[in-house]
Amino acid sequence: MVHRSVGGIAAVLLLLASCGETTPPLSGGAQPSVSASFPVTIDGVTIPGRPERIVSLSPTATEMLFAIGAGDQVEAVDDQSNYPADAPRTDLSGFEPNVEAIASYEPDLVVYSTEPGDLGAALAGLGIPALVQPAATTLDDVYEQIDQLGVATGDASQAKDLAERMRAEIDSITGSIQPPSEPVTYYHELDDTYYSVTSSTFIGQLYSLVGLRNIADEAKGAGGGYPQLSAEYIVEANPDLIFLADTKCCGQSRQTVAKRPGWDRIAAVENGGVIPLDDDVASRWGPRIVEYLRQIAEAVADVLEAQAA
Amino acid sequence: MTRRARAISLGVAVLIVSVIAGLLVGPVHIAPGAALRWLVSLGHPPAGMSEQQAAILGNLRLPRVIVAALVGASLSASGAAYQAVFRNPLADPYLLGAAAGAGLGATIAVAFGPSDAFAVTVPVAAFIGAIAGVGLAYGLGRSSPGGRSATSLILGGIAVASFLTAVQTFVLQSRTEALQRVYSWILGQLGAASWSDLGLVLPYVLISTGTLLLHGRLLDVLAVGDDEAASLGIRAQRVRLTVLVAASLATASAVAVSGLIGFVGIVVPHIVRRLTAGSYRVVLPLSLLGGAAFLVLADVVARTAIAPAELPIGVVTAFVGAPFFAALLWISRRAIA
Repeated sequence: MVHRSVGGIAAVLLLLASCGETTPPLSGGAQPSVSASFPVTIDGVTIPGRPERIVSLSPTATEMLFAIGAGDQVEAVDDQSNYPADAPRTDLSGFEPNVEAIASYEPDLVVYSTEPGDLGAALAGLGIPALVQPAATTLDDVYEQIDQLGVATGDASQAKDLAERMRAEIDSITGSIQPPSEPVTYYHELDDTYYSVTSSTFIGQLYSLVGLRNIADEAKGAGGGYPQLSAEYIVEANPDLIFLADTKCCGQSRQTVAKRPGWDRIAAVENGGVIPLDDDVASRWGPRIVEYLRQIAEAVADVLEAQAA
Repeated sequence: MTRRARAISLGVAVLIVSVIAGLLVGPVHIAPGAALRWLVSLGHPPAGMSEQQAAILGNLRLPRVIVAALVGASLSASGAAYQAVFRNPLADPYLLGAAAGAGLGATIAVAFGPSDAFAVTVPVAAFIGAIAGVGLAYGLGRSSPGGRSATSLILGGIAVASFLTAVQTFVLQSRTEALQRVYSWILGQLGAASWSDLGLVLPYVLISTGTLLLHGRLLDVLAVGDDEAASLGIRAQRVRLTVLVAASLATASAVAVSGLIGFVGIVVPHIVRRLTAGSYRVVLPLSLLGGAAFLVLADVVARTAIAPAELPIGVVTAFVGAPFFAALLWISRRAIA
């Protein structure tokens, strides 16, 4: 099926821009890529032929599928999959999946991230192959999931390219950061009741890559890597950077943070180190983490520049 | 000094000690001597105290302690009042659908409201929801064939609570992005308490708890029986309705700023009743003071037990309160035997 919308054209252009030497498929018709070989078995799940009616219940998987050029093989995505804009968003829920509703799209592959009970078994009972791709805990998980989606969709070479490109860009970003003379500290905010992440989480590892020190690590062990911090502790810890992953969920911004009682004395607030993020990018583990990491690195560079000045 | 005055003075003393403890203890270490001098000088930082420490005391700890005290006082006093009105020791402030109504209100505010105004919309919606929930339950209970009996009111409360909870679940189902926030609201929140929260609920708390305190003697008479009350010229139904409205207002105000904090409304009045004679002229004020002290201390545990992370306050009240309550039951049984 050819997408005739502007979004569809944009996706094709994106593909053109991102795929380098390989010729992108201009239509989603059966045009098996060179590396496709079916049937293929992944984690005990056999996919008989190149899937053309994929249902994605994971916003991250949706982003990955479109980034590896499998976008036009996607029939339906869940209600949270808001990127890219031309993903065929439906009412399907990844949290409370309705097997019948999923089956009504006649999928030949279902991708989801959280096993709510027995979704995989229920779909297997209907003869629908299903891949579960849980939240990544390391960058290697990300590359692995991209590779896996590539094999599953018959777009293996593009997936490989994407993973390699991400790896290279992340290396170049982390390589560009000068090791700071004194540690630069940060606080990553998940919501306006001060839930945060420790360095043991996937998100926390991204910050560690550019040498940042996490103030939430004092609360290691609490909340399984997602502790709720005391406001007074955050004020005392006086982080150099505050990353707001609650701009969409909770409407937080530089202004609202500056207005919080007692927060006006925090270094990040005083020195313009409050960085608003896109909640979605900062909670997924898809291809956009490269942009996210670049944003973090720029913020660190600004702090270091100010320190040197 | 009468026994009543003695008991109430003791309650006030316990509350003052708790509030001072609440101000002195937290994840950030501030020398107790300096903090006390700060308090005595009404917020002027003494020598040796950094501006940051003064800000922590004045902008974060003090409003939080006061909000905790008000919430604890409201929940506990309205729990005692509900138990009096329903003549049922198991009645708690959430019995008539206040919790379910507040939960639905907060959920709607989170799911459909503008995300940059949650600080105001969530408490207001929770407050309206709590009042609406109790109003519905009361209307339903009164219109039932059983008339105005306590049982039909309670059944009305159960029906309304299940219905509102179902609607809340339905809304959350279609707006999964609101889940985390609503869940954390349900667990109870004092971590972001501020002076503006205080301003939002203080008038309602004062009016409602004041009304409750004034009804102690009337509730004592009702406890004897409606006929005896009538012979003294007291209209039992009207007293009950007034107390119910005041208690629901107090509960709604508490829930609006703190989310759902369980256990306070049922345990504190029971402890008070076990320690004192049964007169509501003692039980109501002591429940109020004891509830305030209890929640201030529970909040100290919440913010220090796994510092610098926080425990949800509702977890602390149940975790600390339940064993304490069990021990008290056991001791008082032994004392009787």
